[in-house]
Amino acid sequence: MIVLGIETSCDETAVGLVDDTGRVLGQGLWSQIAAHRPYGGVVPEIAARAHGDHIGACLDEAFRESGLDRGDVDGVAATCGPGLIGGVMVGAVMGKALAAGLGVPFVAVNHLEAHALTVRLLEAVTFPYLVLLVSGGHCQLLIVRGVGHYRLLGTTLDDAAGECLDKGAAMLGLPYPGGPALEQAAKGGNPHAFDLPRPLKGRSDCAFSFSGLKTALRQRVEALTVHGPLSNAVLADLAASLQEAVADVVADRVAQALRMVRDDPNESSLTALVAAGGVASNATLRARLAALASTWGLPFKTSPPALCTDNGIMVAWAGLERLRLGLTSPLSTPARPRWPLESLAVESGN
Amino acid sequence: MLTRVETLWPLPDEAATEALARHVAPLLRRGDVVALVGELGAGKTTFARALLGVLGVHELVPSPTFTLVQRYVTSAFPVCHVDLYRLKSPEELDELGLEEALSEGALLVEWPERAGDRLPCPRMELRFLLSPTGVRTATRIEGP
Repeated sequence: MIVLGIETSCDETAVGLVDDTGRVLGQGLWSQIAAHRPYGGVVPEIAARAHGDHIGACLDEAFRESGLDRGDVDGVAATCGPGLIGGVMVGAVMGKALAAGLGVPFVAVNHLEAHALTVRLLEAVTFPYLVLLVSGGHCQLLIVRGVGHYRLLGTTLDDAAGECLDKGAAMLGLPYPGGPALEQAAKGGNPHAFDLPRPLKGRSDCAFSFSGLKTALRQRVEALTVHGPLSNAVLADLAASLQEAVADVVADRVAQALRMVRDDPNESSLTALVAAGGVASNATLRARLAALASTWGLPFKTSPPALCTDNGIMVAWAGLERLRLGLTSPLSTPARPRWPLESLAVESGN
Repeated sequence: MLTRVETLWPLPDEAATEALARHVAPLLRRGDVVALVGELGAGKTTFARALLGVLGVHELVPSPTFTLVQRYVTSAFPVCHVDLYRLKSPEELDELGLEEALSEGALLVEWPERAGDRLPCPRMELRFLLSPTGVRTATRIEGP
């Protein structure tokens, strides 16, 4: 079975082709980050029009790389939310049109579900497992009980973890994208040089909050720059301290989730701790999570960075997982800006 | 530009932010643009969350930095919480459907300065300030 996946919910226009053995057959990706380099100017990455302009080339690229014809595809999956509605619409409409034209089933994929299932493309991780989804737009803890069956344990009350890192990087004068630049700047810095707050650490639920951390960092930066710019050493210390604070809080929240699952008689034992989303590429966070998982006797799984950030392959894979169970979507499925994962089980009626 | 009365609100705690939200909520009309101005961490999103709460929105109000626009239904009219932080050029604003949003409801706009002159003149502006010593204030500036 070969499934085509389309992802346009944020800044990346992405297409992927996978088969049921988990082989990636081809992909096409257009990202505003890469696009900045050749053009050296401003690219309207948020515009739905930009997705519309690039989706065709991404499809061509994926098929060229795979050597497949459009007629070889057994199903088409597209992200139908949550995300920037203009972008989501472009991908959803393209996916539906292709499915209708090719006479194959259409699968409406929830962007968060795609991140949550990606790990199974690489390895046969069995259900249920705990997913930490951390990116620029999302920060949540989910139990993945099966395809379409998710329990949200906690989410952010304000900013996403990646947003905190991105904005923190901007305050330190680092280039976009902030996460990787911050990680680079933190090298050699002392992660305990600045005592930044750890919002919600120790709280009895699994919620996240990063707004206060962002504000505290800003106050530190302002106090330190009164008499001139930051020295490289102080910059490294600040970057390392921010990263440490984020990793510390996230690890605490994950530990709380593990305790909640353990103490809940209705939950089965978890098989793994999985990190997904762009921030899952952060080495400091990865190290903390790996250590935490090992104290719980759980394997820690995460995908390579290219599969952690938004991509078409994860959508194709989520579509394939759904198709294997006979779960398809009507062409009338709407594109939606908000789409909680927990509503999926109800919608698919299982 | 706004050259009207300025009211200074000290915001020592969340209760003060809520009091400001309760003050602003009844002033809000369909077609209003409320500009929320201030640096990262000055309290813009916290205020927007408080205001939406007063307007009867009980769902989670996350930062709209990622989605740019979040639409909420209130008993009077829809309110869009807009964050232009990620806007790279004012032209991108045309894609966000804000004109439609304004025709049906009100806009709370963070980082309005990124819109250049493409945003209608705000009827109210709230300037959030967090001083280096940790004192938080909001200045409310009323439009015509």
